Amino acid sequence: MAELSYRDAVAAGIAQEMRRDPRLVMLGEDIAGAGGVFKTTVGLLDEFGADRVRDTPISEQAILGAAMGAAMTGIPVIAEIMFSDFLAVCFDLLANEMAKASYMTAGQVTVPVVVRTANGGGSRFGAQHSQSVENWTMMIPGLKVVAPSTPADVIGLMAAAIRDPDPVVFFEHKSLFAVKGEVPDAEHVDRLGTAVVRRPGTDCTIAALALMVPRALEAAERLAADGIDAEVIDVRSLVPLDTSTILGSVAKTGRLFTVEENPRLCGWGAEVASIVADEAFWDLDGPVVRITTPHVPLPAAEALEDLAIPSVDRIAATVAGSLG
Amino acid sequence: MSAEPQQLLAPDGTLHGDLPLPLGEISRLYRAMVVARVFDGKCSAMQRQGRLATYAPYEGQEAAQIGAASALEASDWLVASYRDAAAMALRGYPWSNLILGRTGDERGGHAPEGVRVLPPSITVGGHMIHAVGIAWAERLKGTDAVALTMFGDGATSEGDFHEAMNFAAVFATPTVFFCQNNGWAISLPTSRQTAAETIADKAVGYGMTGLVVDGNDVLAVHEAVRRAVSTARAGEGPTLIEALTYRIGPHTTTDDPGRYRDPAEVESWRERDPLRRVRRFLETQGAWDEDAQAAAEHDAGLEAEAAVAAAEMVAALDGDEIFSAMYAVPTIHLEEQRARLRRDGR
Repeated sequence: MAELSYRDAVAAGIAQEMRRDPRLVMLGEDIAGAGGVFKTTVGLLDEFGADRVRDTPISEQAILGAAMGAAMTGIPVIAEIMFSDFLAVCFDLLANEMAKASYMTAGQVTVPVVVRTANGGGSRFGAQHSQSVENWTMMIPGLKVVAPSTPADVIGLMAAAIRDPDPVVFFEHKSLFAVKGEVPDAEHVDRLGTAVVRRPGTDCTIAALALMVPRALEAAERLAADGIDAEVIDVRSLVPLDTSTILGSVAKTGRLFTVEENPRLCGWGAEVASIVADEAFWDLDGPVVRITTPHVPLPAAEALEDLAIPSVDRIAATVAGSLG
Repeated sequence: MSAEPQQLLAPDGTLHGDLPLPLGEISRLYRAMVVARVFDGKCSAMQRQGRLATYAPYEGQEAAQIGAASALEASDWLVASYRDAAAMALRGYPWSNLILGRTGDERGGHAPEGVRVLPPSITVGGHMIHAVGIAWAERLKGTDAVALTMFGDGATSEGDFHEAMNFAAVFATPTVFFCQNNGWAISLPTSRQTAAETIADKAVGYGMTGLVVDGNDVLAVHEAVRRAVSTARAGEGPTLIEALTYRIGPHTTTDDPGRYRDPAEVESWRERDPLRRVRRFLETQGAWDEDAQAAAEHDAGLEAEAAVAAAEMVAALDGDEIFSAMYAVPTIHLEEQRARLRRDGR
């Protein structure tokens, strides 16, 4: 096992798949010579050349539209949207075109595109460059949505996303880029639609995504010192959603907390809470509690951004308060 | 910069310049225009009978569509809009599928194997970028295939047009942008759509060639598109062609153009009917006569009836099918929702 940063795992996952499939190409802004504004594509231009790693004009609609056009002819494409906030610029191509192509051709046309995008806060980039928008994409029938929290998952889920015949939105978290972790030496391919129990526990279930996973894990360690044994689930994939892992955990613990970086209204945890209420109501010993960013634009100021996004302190205090 | 629209056939059927195609080929294109007009009338009638959902007629635009589509090779792609059935059919997209699609059956979105025609774009603009991506992909594959996209004057005001044109020009993708300026985008005249003198002028800003052609002249359109396709195929980049034509009918069957445009304008364009001038030309060449016309109309009627029958014979979709094609393989949750609908929904 080698140790790799989450940032380097992005390039490693892409390189693994570009070596495997010579058709696979990439499109995006500043991904080639610059190696990506977050340095997530360093080395790809050198290894695979300018035909396969292509810098584009600042044209998010054209990036997604051209990727879809190429994909409809059988060429798989990785399209990078620099900041996930910019998905709003090209939402038509994502929501009305890519997501609908298979349905509107009765399954004849598939769109093997991975839309990679840097998501989430913690970098003081302000209201238009810091959002967690996974819930924007989760609500659209026809898309798949992934948000890894570890370097190994970045590689494994990237490979799974690239090999999937349907359009997948792949959220890379900006505040996780520097985090290091062990990754398999051999080719690594994971499965979409699977959650992972990061910490087994018996007293409550904490379901978290991306940056919220390490925070939930740290909170769980603090809770353990207070005698609360929390199970932490890394949801990883919002569509498809691995409800059986979540429901199985709730059946065991009787309590569920979601930790969400997206703004509160219609955040992904609301869907999880709804499913649990629907399918596991009699397993619950108390209400589902959602720990979220409030329904506000994310502040640029350090102290305010830290206040808005769920912190280890807030997670631990909320869980302890609810169980106490 | 704007010049007179390129024209080969005057409205009275007089040929100016060299014959770009053999007479037999021109007769074939004219027959296709007759078929297209019959289908258009048939579809509008079927919509009024409640047999089709909303329909967007293309009467008056047959020369533009057939002239352009006939300049493509079998390996080239056509990426067209909801008003371009005449072009799509000429490229081999079955009329029966076009009709099936308008009944609301997504199986109408199937192209037969080897027919490089995407289903009609229902949104305005996104498909122009698809054509750029397709053309780029063909270059990556090492083929010399070209992608032609058809859109209206209204679509040139969408951001998609800007990004598609810029992208195509920067990467010199083998794309042909074919704008049918039919005078109206629903109720908005072209004069309110753009302050540019012509839509073709917009090409300049992208470092692309732009030209205006008489869109009711099938020969001039064919020739202009043939040149643009050849330029694209040679790796010399995209072209924007503006074909000046006119939407004789409503925007769609839900629209009443009597509320916003002068009937005299419609009449003036009827006098420039795209079918009539080809017929006149062919007649002067001794390549067409009353009998040929009667036979063409008769055959077109039979073809339309057969396509309608084929579309209406397709068994109705089962409600379950809503879930089948959303993903390559339905997710567990879709299967659950399918089971729930089956259990509770009927």
